[in-house]
Amino acid sequence: MTASPTVRSELLRQRSRSARLFLLPMILALAVVAGWPLLRTIYFSFTDASLTNIDAAKWVGFKNYLSWIQLKSGRTIYSGLLVDPAWWNAVWNTVRFSVVSVALEAVFGMIIALVLNAEFKGRGIVRAAILIPWAIPTIVSARMWGWMLNDQFGILNDLFMRVGLIDHPIAWTASSDTAMIAVLIVDVWKTTPFMALLILAGLQTIPGDIYEAARIDGVHPVKQFFRITLPLVKPALMVAIIFRLLDAMRIFDLIYVLTPNSAQTKTMSVLARENLIDFDKFAYGSAQSTLLFLVIALMTMLAIWIGRVKLDGGER
Amino acid sequence: MTTIRMQDLRKSFGKYDVIKGVDLEIEAGEFMVFVGPSGCGKSTLLRLIAGLEDITSGTLAFDEKIVNSLTPSQRGIAMVFQSYALYPHMTVYDNMAFGLKLAKGSADDVKRRVHKAAEMLQITDYLDRLPKQLSGGQRQRVAIGRAIVRDPKVFLFDEPLSNLDAALRVATRLEIAKLHAKMHETTMIYVTHDQVEAMTLADRICVLRDGNVEQVGTPLELYEKPQSIFVAGFIGSPKMNFLTEQFADAYKTDILGVRPEHLEIKDKDGLWKGKLLLAENLGSESFLYIDIGAKEPLVVRQDGSAHQQPGELLCVAPVNNNIHRFDQSGRPAAN
Repeated sequence: MTASPTVRSELLRQRSRSARLFLLPMILALAVVAGWPLLRTIYFSFTDASLTNIDAAKWVGFKNYLSWIQLKSGRTIYSGLLVDPAWWNAVWNTVRFSVVSVALEAVFGMIIALVLNAEFKGRGIVRAAILIPWAIPTIVSARMWGWMLNDQFGILNDLFMRVGLIDHPIAWTASSDTAMIAVLIVDVWKTTPFMALLILAGLQTIPGDIYEAARIDGVHPVKQFFRITLPLVKPALMVAIIFRLLDAMRIFDLIYVLTPNSAQTKTMSVLARENLIDFDKFAYGSAQSTLLFLVIALMTMLAIWIGRVKLDGGER
Repeated sequence: MTTIRMQDLRKSFGKYDVIKGVDLEIEAGEFMVFVGPSGCGKSTLLRLIAGLEDITSGTLAFDEKIVNSLTPSQRGIAMVFQSYALYPHMTVYDNMAFGLKLAKGSADDVKRRVHKAAEMLQITDYLDRLPKQLSGGQRQRVAIGRAIVRDPKVFLFDEPLSNLDAALRVATRLEIAKLHAKMHETTMIYVTHDQVEAMTLADRICVLRDGNVEQVGTPLELYEKPQSIFVAGFIGSPKMNFLTEQFADAYKTDILGVRPEHLEIKDKDGLWKGKLLLAENLGSESFLYIDIGAKEPLVVRQDGSAHQQPGELLCVAPVNNNIHRFDQSGRPAAN
């Protein structure tokens, strides 16, 4: 018996050694495709790099983020990302887009999940069909919706005109009043199925006998939803919302295709790409990318922290 | 005090008939046990009474009032589920109070009733806990408590002891018997596949088979005068020995039934003779499996531990001619 601790620790060492070995390819791949580009981006954000001559980049410190000059008159002029109104407009757009789209998706996703959770004929087919919008590549659905939302040939204007909802065609994607609405419509259409699927998985873990007990207790269906279903599906719902929020914060493709160059919909990702490539302000774009990364990293950490504290406790 | 009357009650799931015309009257304050093998429809019958399933045809009446189309809560029933079915996100107190609060009971009244039920079941110390912090037996007590606070007219149990271990099952069975004694005005219906639970708890037992009522009667009636081979075999443990051919012919019947406890080992001049195949010793009693040339070994119960050795030749005879005679159709044979 005296030998057993050493034997066991030897076994443990062996197992962790092989575990490291199995992890190595993944870590290497991540380092090459994620770690290195990330470090390069952060580095370039502290330089004056330009796309035409990246190798000639010189270290400039925090100049891209914030710098100031004191004029002889005593006035101080600030410049840099942190005082750039275009940047803060993009931040505001991103936040607005994320909050509204995820909120709508959560509500619609919940409704669809509740319907799909019920027993009815052809449920399997409906479940598969509901996923189609999510399966279509974003570029394709953005183009498709672009046509449907078109001010002259779009089916949406035609429909609304015929029904009498509007009396003249609306340039959904071009007009500054409706650009964000157009983006929201398409994103909600596209991502609600994903949300519904995650919530449905949560709903299916709730045992059915609880609902029978509720029927015997005489619980009204509305109360049943708010007092029984919602609390029990909350862990799954929170995970879905956090996933979607992180995803929405870095939205790029849909907006880039549907409403390019609209100040109303320009998000952090879109702005960063514009500076990096179109405007040849490579260092400035890198700074924006770095900030975007920091925001999302912070939110992810927050999400994981909340997940550890709340979601585990909610698992019953 | 509620009597329950079922008339030609039927239930089909699609083209499958599960309950095939049940006529049954349950008296007010009675403890009725539905018993039968898996798939006999006993749980479905209970769920029809509860209102959790729709009745396909026939009538169900509580105190002469037809309740076919009433919801479970309107029927004034309470039910204890096999899986407890507690609300996992609510404390024990809230689990018990939830239905009462919804029924707009006054806060004081709710509190009083929950505490009274909790005391009765000795779960007062756990009122602040969540179901996941309780053991299986404690959860089942909470489920019973949730049913008690509703002060139901009819109390339904759907195999409430099946998920408990053997020791806890006996203890909880006693609790339920005590509960019935305390709530003697409440009609109780209890579903089980365990004939020991049925025999010990029931005022009357209803044996179900394949969606039909096979026999209804007090536990002793079923034990002493089974109206079919099925009931004879189902009630009693170990099950009744059934003998045919020359063994039955001697008693001028098609099938002869003798319970193991109604057989005894004779020194000589036994009616039947055979080798001992196996002896099961339980300490207080033992069961002998004897090959007398019938299709299956004959089981004999004897007091105390068995002193006989396998292979030994034994003589057996029924005590006091305590036998059951059945005809080919499985019904008791006419004299």
